[in-house]
Amino acid sequence: MNPTENKTVCSTEIDASCRVPLLALFGGAALWLVLGLTLGLAAMLSFHKPDMFADCPFLTFGRAQAAANDLLLYGFVIPAALGVMLWIFTRLSQAPLALPIVPVVAANLWHVGVLVGTVAILIGESTGHPWLEYPRPAAVLLFAAFMLIAVTAVATFGARLNRELYPSHWFMFAALLWFAWSYSTANLFLVSNYPPRGVVQSVIGWWLANNLLFVWLALAGIGIAFYFLPKISGQPLASSGYALFGFLTLVFFGTWCGIPQSAPVPAWLPTVSSFGALLSIIPVIALGIVAKKTVSGAKVACMGGPFCFIKFGVLSFVVSSLLYISEFCPRYSRVLDFTWFNFGVTQWQLLGFATMILVGAIYEILPRVMAKNLPLPKLAKANFFLLAGGTLLFVIPLLIGGLEQGMKFADANIPFADASAVALKFLRISTTGQLLVLLGALCLLLNVFVMTIQWKLGLIKTVIAAVTAPLKTSEVKS
Amino acid sequence: MKTGFSVFLAAVIALGLSWFGLVYGPLKQLGGARETTVLQSSDKWPMQPTGEATLGLQVYRANGCAACHTVQIRQTGAVNTLSITDLGVHKAADFKDFITSLMVVPELMNYSNSIVGSLNQWNGSVPKLLFSGEDIATVSLLGDKLKAVGVKTEARVVATGPDIARGWGVRQSVAADYLYDTPVQLGSLRAGPDLANLGVRAPDANWQLQHLYAPRSLVKNSTMPAFRYLFSVRKIGAQPAPDAVVLPKEFAPAAGFEVVPAAEARQLAAYLTSLKANVPLYEAPFTPITAAK
Repeated sequence: MNPTENKTVCSTEIDASCRVPLLALFGGAALWLVLGLTLGLAAMLSFHKPDMFADCPFLTFGRAQAAANDLLLYGFVIPAALGVMLWIFTRLSQAPLALPIVPVVAANLWHVGVLVGTVAILIGESTGHPWLEYPRPAAVLLFAAFMLIAVTAVATFGARLNRELYPSHWFMFAALLWFAWSYSTANLFLVSNYPPRGVVQSVIGWWLANNLLFVWLALAGIGIAFYFLPKISGQPLASSGYALFGFLTLVFFGTWCGIPQSAPVPAWLPTVSSFGALLSIIPVIALGIVAKKTVSGAKVACMGGPFCFIKFGVLSFVVSSLLYISEFCPRYSRVLDFTWFNFGVTQWQLLGFATMILVGAIYEILPRVMAKNLPLPKLAKANFFLLAGGTLLFVIPLLIGGLEQGMKFADANIPFADASAVALKFLRISTTGQLLVLLGALCLLLNVFVMTIQWKLGLIKTVIAAVTAPLKTSEVKS
Repeated sequence: MKTGFSVFLAAVIALGLSWFGLVYGPLKQLGGARETTVLQSSDKWPMQPTGEATLGLQVYRANGCAACHTVQIRQTGAVNTLSITDLGVHKAADFKDFITSLMVVPELMNYSNSIVGSLNQWNGSVPKLLFSGEDIATVSLLGDKLKAVGVKTEARVVATGPDIARGWGVRQSVAADYLYDTPVQLGSLRAGPDLANLGVRAPDANWQLQHLYAPRSLVKNSTMPAFRYLFSVRKIGAQPAPDAVVLPKEFAPAAGFEVVPAAEARQLAAYLTSLKANVPLYEAPFTPITAAK
């Protein structure tokens, strides 16, 4: 089935139903993206000038970096993906958004949760578990907000006209299930008063990190891409069967990755992860092929538009996932572990893959939802080149630097300081890339904010016009 | 597609399996772990941390130290070594010829080059490493032969790997090491050195405090940020504070001022000096140096 057939007479009505929830989700997300990248940049400055924040506890590397990472994932990627997914649910259902007030409330809850979590990390109240740093109050808010949006999505799905499912449905439903399950599990175990003893904490943390950064991002990102790629290219999704194969192998194999090979845990855990990672090559390649076949031969100009974003995102998915998988190969991990390589791969997954697809989707959706062209189309185009170029300039030096650093770490005759100094050179280049990514994020923020303000001004004008309009004589009592 | 429900069910099963394997499994296996016994000793491991060190872990967590430091040592393997500790009546000069005469046994022939070669230009200082390899039979055979002629030797198990060669530890980190840590701070990036055995490497709390306040006063070219916010610079009162940090001139505050660690800094230093992974365990055996005598 082809989503291009889904154009219905009431598509403007469907889009209008998404307007307020999506503005609430995207507006906050764009703001968090800019804030997160700014904090990430500030954190990196510590490596260029180590005493920079010596008197400022809030911006010390360990806190700023954690806050920046979480702002990228929880601040931008997840709410933006939820917004895009809600819109796709309405489009695939050919029905307006069910319970439109619920996601508005949820979006605000979510953003408050992110705010609470970020402030908590910066004042030193992080939980200390990577990717689960937000303390309990923030986690509760995020979870509640997520569940509310999931309810809306399911209700919209239930109201669908066409009973058939489209491949994006599987991915998006699994994404809804995955976050709820893994995030609640990790929080109930780790952010409780009675956390499990010893390294089990780390194992659960790795399980969560893998399920969010690899599986969830893949489910949400590819689910969204499989909707937009056929839509924009005007060609049907290459093969439903192949997509199903990719989906099933992803969820069955991808979920077993995550335990680092060097982890001080019983050996079966890293071994299982290593095997899971090896098998995860299958879905990565399969999903990449489906996307490639779908867009190949399309006569659609890309020119920095949403099509560019999403194609680049899928390509990033394949490359960054393969790099991620390589970290679980025992032979490579001996060199790559504990270097900047891992950080580079994570940033590629978050920025090059997830953020790229989501920003493209937002640029595609916003004009429809607002029934208005993008206010700053040139910035939107610049956004692609800044984000794509910036991400590559950000992560590739980290990958190369990490590799070189790792090879020096492996040789005990090279002093540690010399091995670390290698990475510093590369960090200088990657910080430039980070700056470009930040500029790209500003383009998105400006577009979303100008659009929001225009819409609000329009609302006020309508209200004023309604109030000041002369009463019809028929309504005047004589 | 009519298979919608079955696809969703498959996803539930997939995630359930992974939950069962990577959450429930480790919980069942390690969640009830208790302190274990040090190899060839009745000592318990890990030791219960002091109150200061327990609080220090929270300072470590709050400041995100794990963003740059790992607390886990990797090991690539282990070797059996044989060292001469006492030559007895033998002379170093003619000892090489004696060893060469032992090499006729088929079990030792394979290693004769490395064993004899290790004695080139040996001036007789002990302990002298004679053999290092995975083959335990060689160690015991060679040891027996030397014992028969009154040469004292010591056989040891030594963990190997770059981390250990760097002096960061004496064995790999194992699950038992983290029993009392909440949250466990393993770390995933070595922007700074590993800290698993820091308490053995740098046991002086004052060194830790000075390093936290001004890292480059102790480690040239260190990239560690200074943590001056964990200290207060104040006017020296009637008497200097007993715990004031002693600093070299270029890092010291203006004359008449002193740097006093806040409670957090002292706790963090206590935690850092408490980090030790230096006893042999069942999962990570090695021969501790103290047993040499």
